[in-house]
Amino acid sequence: MPQPIEATNDFVVKFANVNGSGSASANELFAKCVLLKGVPVATRNIFPSNIQGLPTWYEVRVSAAGWLGRRGGVDLMVAMNPQTWDKDVASIDAGGYLVYDSTKPLPASKFREDLSVIGIPLTEICNRTYTDARQRQLFKNILYVGGLASLLGIEPAIVEGAIAAQFKGKDKLIAPNVQAFRLGYDYAELHLAGACALKVASADGVGDRIFIAGNDAAALGCVYGGATVAAWYPITPSTSLAEAFSAHCRKLRVDPETKQNKFAIVQAEDEIAAIGMVIGASWNGARAFTATSGPGISLMQEFFGLAYFAEIPAVIFDIQRGSPSTGMPTRTQQSDVLLCAYASHGDTKHVLIFPKDPGEAFEFAALSFDLAERLQTPIFVMSDLDIGMNDWLCAPLAWDDSRRYDRGKIMTAEELEAGKSFGRYLDVDGDAIPYRTLPGVHPTKGAYFTRGSSHDRFAKYSEEGAVYVDNMQRLLRKLETAKTMVPQPVRLPAKRATRFGAIYYGSTSVAMDEALASLEAQDLHLDTLRIRAFPFSEEVSAFVDAHDQIFVVEQNRDAQMQKLLVNECAIDPARFISILHYDGTPITARFITGAIAERMKPLLSRAA
Amino acid sequence: MTYIVKPKLRHPGLPTNKLGFTHRDYEGSISTLCAGCGHDSISAALIQACFELDIEPHRVAKMSGIGCSSKTPDYLLGNSHGFNSVHGRMPSVLTGANLANRDLIYLGVSGDGDSASIGLGQFAHCVRRGINMVYICENNGVYGLTKGQFSATADRGSKSKAGGLNMDSAIDLVSLALILGATFVARSFSGDRRQLVPIIKAAISHKGGAVIDVISPCVQFNNHAGSTKSFDFVREHNEAVNRLDLITPREAIAVDYAPGTVETVTQHDGSVLKLAKLHEDYDPRDRIAAMKYLQERHAAGEIVTGLLYLEAETEDIHAHLNTVATPLNQLQESDLCPGASALEKINDSYRA
Repeated sequence: MPQPIEATNDFVVKFANVNGSGSASANELFAKCVLLKGVPVATRNIFPSNIQGLPTWYEVRVSAAGWLGRRGGVDLMVAMNPQTWDKDVASIDAGGYLVYDSTKPLPASKFREDLSVIGIPLTEICNRTYTDARQRQLFKNILYVGGLASLLGIEPAIVEGAIAAQFKGKDKLIAPNVQAFRLGYDYAELHLAGACALKVASADGVGDRIFIAGNDAAALGCVYGGATVAAWYPITPSTSLAEAFSAHCRKLRVDPETKQNKFAIVQAEDEIAAIGMVIGASWNGARAFTATSGPGISLMQEFFGLAYFAEIPAVIFDIQRGSPSTGMPTRTQQSDVLLCAYASHGDTKHVLIFPKDPGEAFEFAALSFDLAERLQTPIFVMSDLDIGMNDWLCAPLAWDDSRRYDRGKIMTAEELEAGKSFGRYLDVDGDAIPYRTLPGVHPTKGAYFTRGSSHDRFAKYSEEGAVYVDNMQRLLRKLETAKTMVPQPVRLPAKRATRFGAIYYGSTSVAMDEALASLEAQDLHLDTLRIRAFPFSEEVSAFVDAHDQIFVVEQNRDAQMQKLLVNECAIDPARFISILHYDGTPITARFITGAIAERMKPLLSRAA
Repeated sequence: MTYIVKPKLRHPGLPTNKLGFTHRDYEGSISTLCAGCGHDSISAALIQACFELDIEPHRVAKMSGIGCSSKTPDYLLGNSHGFNSVHGRMPSVLTGANLANRDLIYLGVSGDGDSASIGLGQFAHCVRRGINMVYICENNGVYGLTKGQFSATADRGSKSKAGGLNMDSAIDLVSLALILGATFVARSFSGDRRQLVPIIKAAISHKGGAVIDVISPCVQFNNHAGSTKSFDFVREHNEAVNRLDLITPREAIAVDYAPGTVETVTQHDGSVLKLAKLHEDYDPRDRIAAMKYLQERHAAGEIVTGLLYLEAETEDIHAHLNTVATPLNQLQESDLCPGASALEKINDSYRA
């Protein structure tokens, strides 16, 4: 038997539950208790595409160091699901802990000798205490939170405070939940003292940070960014973005006097209609967005081409999930990069921005409306399920009141009246961005006909080759302008000079942070570049040029970002080494560390 | 052809409307459709309706999908913004535009391929939602731009120009609109401007979705014997249930009809529809009776035209969504952005 794992404020707890058993709120309660102790957590909900009955997991990374990605491995498993018991038990690190419902005896073969097994008769205590079947089920979850609190050293006052906060407004639920918590806590205090060497000790590591899901933050970004029209079709994992926008608007966007709404949200009949509405609204001068995932992006393709070619702003949140086809609807991936970059038939290229966490989801959501109107083209905010649907610890959302919306080049009635010449697709400023007018602007000036068919600089239909080429070339130049406006990449130098680089983006970033520290501890040094937008600015190719070998870490099978780099920056593919994780679970620091070290060490020794 | 610039010269004696505009101010580019196309007659009817209603041309947004019909917004209201979107998706684009600015008049022009085939879903959902718009389907039963394939509104048993028989049953957009809750449903014929213009005028003044199915023969591909959408066939089988006249709120209503033959309906905007009954028993305010009548007459081989259904007191999607009176696209940053201090409170609600 290996030494039981001893750790304070640095371990992974995983809950294995049955979906629909009421475990989610209990597990979140546990995470909040750790936060209330002042210790950072990173939580990952790994759930099925199902309402009731299938297995679901909740992972809580407790990290005094503040690592917010998944670490990999499990130190303590709360195994509440008989269906997945064997795999759950097998997944615990040697020396780890298994907490289970010991009401019914299990054969020795169901356990492992290298684990500390901690039984709490959850069912027995519940059945003894409660008569109602639903209560027996729900309170079982709160009971194990009580047991964990005792095992890990979380004071009852903390948990009771968290319960009170969780049931604020439903106050009559507080006392019974506190009672259930106490049942578990007291049992463990009495029977399990000293059973666990994992501890949560009070710290000051959380500060003023907030705990928020990316979809919620992005929805707030849409409110702050001035979105007034949202059209969407329900699809996991983007639904919560549209629903959060609705909830925030009801609080923040209702006229206090008339009680009327300064927003319009339509649940469309499908994703095609959703993007059609967004394009219609944007054409007419409202800030509009849709939120969807891969299958929706596939359906919207024709409209993306129209918006690109007719130059209509649009904001699309792609909350990426396991693909292709229906794929793994409740699992995460970064696998729509190429689909979005070149969306629709013909020669197209789109602006993509890649938030790394809910904080950037908020910031980029608000920014995307400025970009869409300035560039008069669709802007894809490339989030994913991991960012979108998990609560993340991040800096408080910030807004600068002196910031003004950039409504882009909209010619006004006054300008038209004053005789300013208007050509809808005329590049008057040399940045390839033309002026547009909004419908109804002026009785006799500024009207034009928007079309997806080839058009000249004055929006007239034209099948002339030269006219078409002129327009297509300007669209390319417009993307050059876009490079200067999108969020620039973040470059971090290694502690020592190195010829190795690593490129990553989006939700991979948090696991990357920890992996880089682990690699550095192994004397493996890499400069890094976090890509935040496409088309790539010059700094991206400069970074590649400055390194012999570049690891590209991403969460898809086909190394999509790497291919985009090869394609757009004309880079020899041999310079890149793909580090790919695409099983649907969020990438872990251990995976990245292992995969990079394994490839980097031989390259270093060969060079030496 | 498009490269021919329309002469700007106009006769000094052209009649003007209340805004001082002549008919010419409501025209657009020169049509590129085939000579004699029914669609051009519909464009002319639209121009006449807008002229007679004294509409400021720039307050109209013209939206369409793809196809011969969808090209026509270019041929009218040259001072209006137009949007020729993608095939079958005009309704969603128009819905979005309407959400952004409730103050414009929305004219959706579509065809039978655009609305009954590829766009049937969007047609249906647009009707369900009650978008304040005029939805005109220029219905010729055939794909003109791709040279003569049947569309979904072609009647079973009708013959294509190449001699093929259509074996699929037809989709009737009027019946569908009635089932889906449309509040204004009409059918007309491009060859009957006297009937069509007042229907368009009434549709424009209707607050809500107004669906007009206009049989519009394709002279090139669907105007032969054996077609049920040819000029001859439609003239022979056209059964108008009523004759419509629209009186705007400014005009005095002269009641000089024999009782029982004319019915007046006051619309939301105060305009009054005078309906001269051609079929004594037809009541355009009874949705279920209208559906029954249409089915019966269709079975008898007739094409029923006129104002088929009207719900005068209606509300549109903006009422359903309770949006502010100011168009959303005119709200300012101060209306929309809650600001930094509100965000601090929001942050607080996300702390453990």
